Amino acid sequence: MVKKKTKTKFKKEKKIILGGKSKETAREKMIGQHIGYRYDVNLLPDYKKITPFLKKYVEAMGWDDLNWLEDVHMGYEEDRPAVFCRNANGWVTIPKSIKLPDNQQDRDMIARELLVKFQMSPKHPLVDLKKAYLKF
Amino acid sequence: MANLKATEKKTKSQSMGMHSEVLTGRTQQKFFNPDEGENLYYFGTYDVDFNKRTELDVKEMTAPEANKEIDNLMSQGFGTIVIKNPQGKHSLGVGILNKLNLIFEGSLGYFGMGSCDGPTVRINGRVGWSCAENLMAGKVVIEKNAGSCFGAAIRGGDLICKGSVGARTGIDMKGGTIIVGGDAGAFTGFMMQRGRIIILGDVGINLGDSMYDGTIFIGGKIGSFGSDAVPSDLTDSDQDWLKRKLKVAEIGEKFDVSKMTKIVAGKKLWNYDNLEPHEKKGAI
Repeated sequence: MVKKKTKTKFKKEKKIILGGKSKETAREKMIGQHIGYRYDVNLLPDYKKITPFLKKYVEAMGWDDLNWLEDVHMGYEEDRPAVFCRNANGWVTIPKSIKLPDNQQDRDMIARELLVKFQMSPKHPLVDLKKAYLKF
Repeated sequence: MANLKATEKKTKSQSMGMHSEVLTGRTQQKFFNPDEGENLYYFGTYDVDFNKRTELDVKEMTAPEANKEIDNLMSQGFGTIVIKNPQGKHSLGVGILNKLNLIFEGSLGYFGMGSCDGPTVRINGRVGWSCAENLMAGKVVIEKNAGSCFGAAIRGGDLICKGSVGARTGIDMKGGTIIVGGDAGAFTGFMMQRGRIIILGDVGINLGDSMYDGTIFIGGKIGSFGSDAVPSDLTDSDQDWLKRKLKVAEIGEKFDVSKMTKIVAGKKLWNYDNLEPHEKKGAI
């Protein structure tokens, strides 16, 4: 019996695009895999895009700039926009009802605002953990 | 590595050009609630007032006693605390998860200001090893020199040393900014994963050794580059950011940032596990 030749089509992985810019490097081509985080970790914030809530937060904390929030960016998880919460060590997905702008700088500011609200919430997962495990 | 698979479906994040792949198996299924209140501080932390000031002499106290007293003062609403006679004690001011204006009149020993999240700290002296280790957020300013492992594993915030620092500055850092007004020792930015380091003076050998990501800016001479640390172009955005950050740090405001050297990761150490069979094949 002659075996039927089947053509195996390998779909080429699409390029990772962050902030509208292709990031595929020669190294990525060689290993056939995207390397890096789910956003450009080195993207510096555009302070012109700061939101009123973030201004209020920075002022309340007595800082001169976004401080730790400079490292917060909008990424994705489970095929949806998400922001990484380092305290809960997980991605917090953005609800569909929130409309996101089409550029990374604006999205990052929204991610920062949402993350602050999430972390300061009495419903944050660490609040329960603290109640259960706080020793001193 | 996370599982990569191609997808035909164009979802919200894809249509915005954020990615073109699906990463599965990592989610914790946490969803942001759009009706969340506008709280500015962690739940259960103290409501302190920066204008309410007090002094604390820790000469006769042990480090745990001093740290408990700082906590006690915060619970009374003091937002500015001046610590007298720290006398190089180790582990002072650790684990503060509150907004606070903390001033040390003297020098600290090892692991000062470790694991803090939020306070603004000024140390009018020197610090020992691993100052502000695991800093999450806030601003720590050291007026004189710092020891080795300055800002080890920090994840956020600004850590500023107006003098010089020892070896392994920013080792394993995962975010935040370290700014040094003077020189830095060997292995600066060793195994850094993200964040930024600014050194206005010279650095020792093996700069950025085994760095995975992040950026290092050097104003002076570089002893030697470490494994996978490569020079990169300084952009206008970098220069604007450097000028702003140095102003915040109160050092080098007149420093010519355009002459700084930018160092990034060559990213040849990434995906070691995936690459290994490929390289093994080549070797055989």
